[in-house]
Amino acid sequence: MNEVNNKGAKSFLIEKLFMGMSLREYVKTLITPFNIAAGILILIAIPLVLIRYIKGIGSLGDASNDTPWSSLIGFNVLSVEALAAGGYTICSAVYIFRMKRYYPFVRAAILSAFIGYFTVVVALLIDLGRPWRLPYPMFYSFGVTSVMFLVGWLVSLYLLTQFLEFSPAILEWLNMKRLRNWVEKFAIGLTIMGITLAVLHQSALGGLFLIAPGKLHPLWYSPFLPVFFFISSIASGISMVILMSILSIRFFKDKIDYNFKEHLGELTISLGKAASVVLFTYFGLKIIGIAHGHNWNLLNTPYGYWFLVEIFVFVLLPCFLFLFGVRKKSVSLIRFTSIITIIGIIINRINVTIITFNWNLDERNYPGWKELLISVTIIVTAVLAFRWIVNRMPVLKEHPDYKRID
Amino acid sequence: MKIDRRDFLKSLSAIGVSGIIGSSEKVFASEDLSGYPDRLGMLTDLILCNGCRLCEKACKEAHNLPPHKKPLEDESVFEKIRRPDDKFLTVVNRYTNTDNEEEPVYRKVQCNHCDEPSCVSACLVGALKKTPEGAVIYNEDVCIGCRYCMIACPFYIPAYEFDDPLSPAIKKCDFCYDVRIKKGGIPACAEICPVEAITFGKRSQLIEFATERIRKNPEKYIDHIYGEHEVGGTSWMYISGVPFEQLGFDMNLGIKPSPELTRGFLSAVPLVMIIGPALLAGIRAFTKNREQNSEKSEQKES
Ligand code: SF4
Ligand code: SF4
Repeated sequence: MNEVNNKGAKSFLIEKLFMGMSLREYVKTLITPFNIAAGILILIAIPLVLIRYIKGIGSLGDASNDTPWSSLIGFNVLSVEALAAGGYTICSAVYIFRMKRYYPFVRAAILSAFIGYFTVVVALLIDLGRPWRLPYPMFYSFGVTSVMFLVGWLVSLYLLTQFLEFSPAILEWLNMKRLRNWVEKFAIGLTIMGITLAVLHQSALGGLFLIAPGKLHPLWYSPFLPVFFFISSIASGISMVILMSILSIRFFKDKIDYNFKEHLGELTISLGKAASVVLFTYFGLKIIGIAHGHNWNLLNTPYGYWFLVEIFVFVLLPCFLFLFGVRKKSVSLIRFTSIITIIGIIINRINVTIITFNWNLDERNYPGWKELLISVTIIVTAVLAFRWIVNRMPVLKEHPDYKRID
Repeated sequence: MKIDRRDFLKSLSAIGVSGIIGSSEKVFASEDLSGYPDRLGMLTDLILCNGCRLCEKACKEAHNLPPHKKPLEDESVFEKIRRPDDKFLTVVNRYTNTDNEEEPVYRKVQCNHCDEPSCVSACLVGALKKTPEGAVIYNEDVCIGCRYCMIACPFYIPAYEFDDPLSPAIKKCDFCYDVRIKKGGIPACAEICPVEAITFGKRSQLIEFATERIRKNPEKYIDHIYGEHEVGGTSWMYISGVPFEQLGFDMNLGIKPSPELTRGFLSAVPLVMIIGPALLAGIRAFTKNREQNSEKSEQKES
């Protein structure tokens, strides 16, 4: 009896975790340049994080009284949440607007959103003064007048819906048919809930800065900040999908069974079209923002030049490049443009949280290597997790025994 | 009868246009914090302050903070403009007086105890509170250390104990609330000031007092009480003989209480929460019909 159990457990290990290989074989496949680099990063980052818990956040040397938020918030929270917008963008396209051709990519996008938000929590656990109190605003002490309170709630609920939306893949992998079919019944409801939460919290992230008009540079501050953040998150979501779909095909060749590849060109082009429209809207809104604040004169200052770089090089230029790519049916141009767009969104979030925040103070810290290294390591670890899951669960392929809803 | 906009909106929703908006406003919109008529305040007269920094010392003693490293007479601290931090809840800075280089102006900086504080409205766990006495106080026991209050404060006041690994806290002037006000005392800095540059009292009376002083000495004082209206009013106010902008005061803050900046956004959220899903489901149903129709027509054609 015992033996049988043991055997069962062992084959589960080999089947599910080592993907059918023996331990030896499996370990061998792990030795790749990317993994080694990732391992080194992690080995450096762990002691840094430990030191933070022993000597305080100040030991990372970046956050200070004049720079309350550094890269762990500016990049790992604000930017990553914008990048994780691929999840809700694709869900809306497929389930709300029924653009079924994107369907094969839905699970991957949801997974990326889930992992993205998970890394946000990890970053918070490092950056918050007392991380173990993270659940306080949910269960213990409520500051209902705070936009941050709203962000906390929306992000937690969103993380939960993303997990539930992804859970059928896990259950299929574990062969838990009954539960999987049960969860699947709620799929549409969850999706709709997820999109609403995503729209709200993307705007709420911009809303965080509404309270600090004098402290954020006037070119970036605007009563429309929530709208800016929301619209730009769509552009970033679409770009992420463009990018992730090609990377998936490159790196998970054998994990894809949809005839996804043949359509990828077409799909990318129509995504490019959408991105172009969104970026154009965003650009227009930004201009209205300057007009609304009567800030034209500020454009002719160093901050102004930086602002112009942001909106011309990273918003208007990709907008036209996307359009051009669509006209010329150049898939590679569209892919390239999506990278510019993503960089632009990251620049925007960092501008708002770090670079132009407290712009009228003389001395501010900019993220130094320790915090940046931790920031990057979190992302690299997320990529590893994504790969681990895609390699095992039916994410980019359909499980033979299960049919999905549409 | 005076009805302000907020009350008007409240009664409008109470009439029943939508019970949802009404109740959600209570949950999400910020409370009215200005309604404590007897609240206390402070008035700093920058003409009187002579930069002795005894208030810094008294403050440190009242809050059990490490004492000054250099003697108070050491003027080298004035070479840099300092901000309050976790060891100094209040600091005195020196500014050159452009009218009279011989006589610099000293300015004491600390939390201004806003009437409708940004920090209070920003804290997601309600760790910061405006008390009826006027003090804005902090409860370390619930603070999670997100530092959003530092982002929100228009006066750059809250400081954080970045070097404390496990129990870092926000540090800012608390109007000596626990150690003195609650026991009927007066804040340490006001008590110690040898030249009576800091006056403690009811805010409303301080405003009368300040107005009077300015009226009697129009040639000495700038005709402005900083803090009377800035960001909706602060408990701590200043009068000065040199223009405030020369002393690092932000003159662009406006008179709107900061919580109002987020109020509109916060009250829109519950609406989106309700309308959003309905809208999405609607579009989904609509696209389904369209799809079926087009399938049908395709079938007909073939
Ligand atoms: S000055 Fe800053 S910390 Fe003090 S009450 Fe006002 S917002 Fe809060
Ligand atoms: S740092 Fe503490 S007091 Fe400040 S907003 Fe966050 S939880 Fe509130």
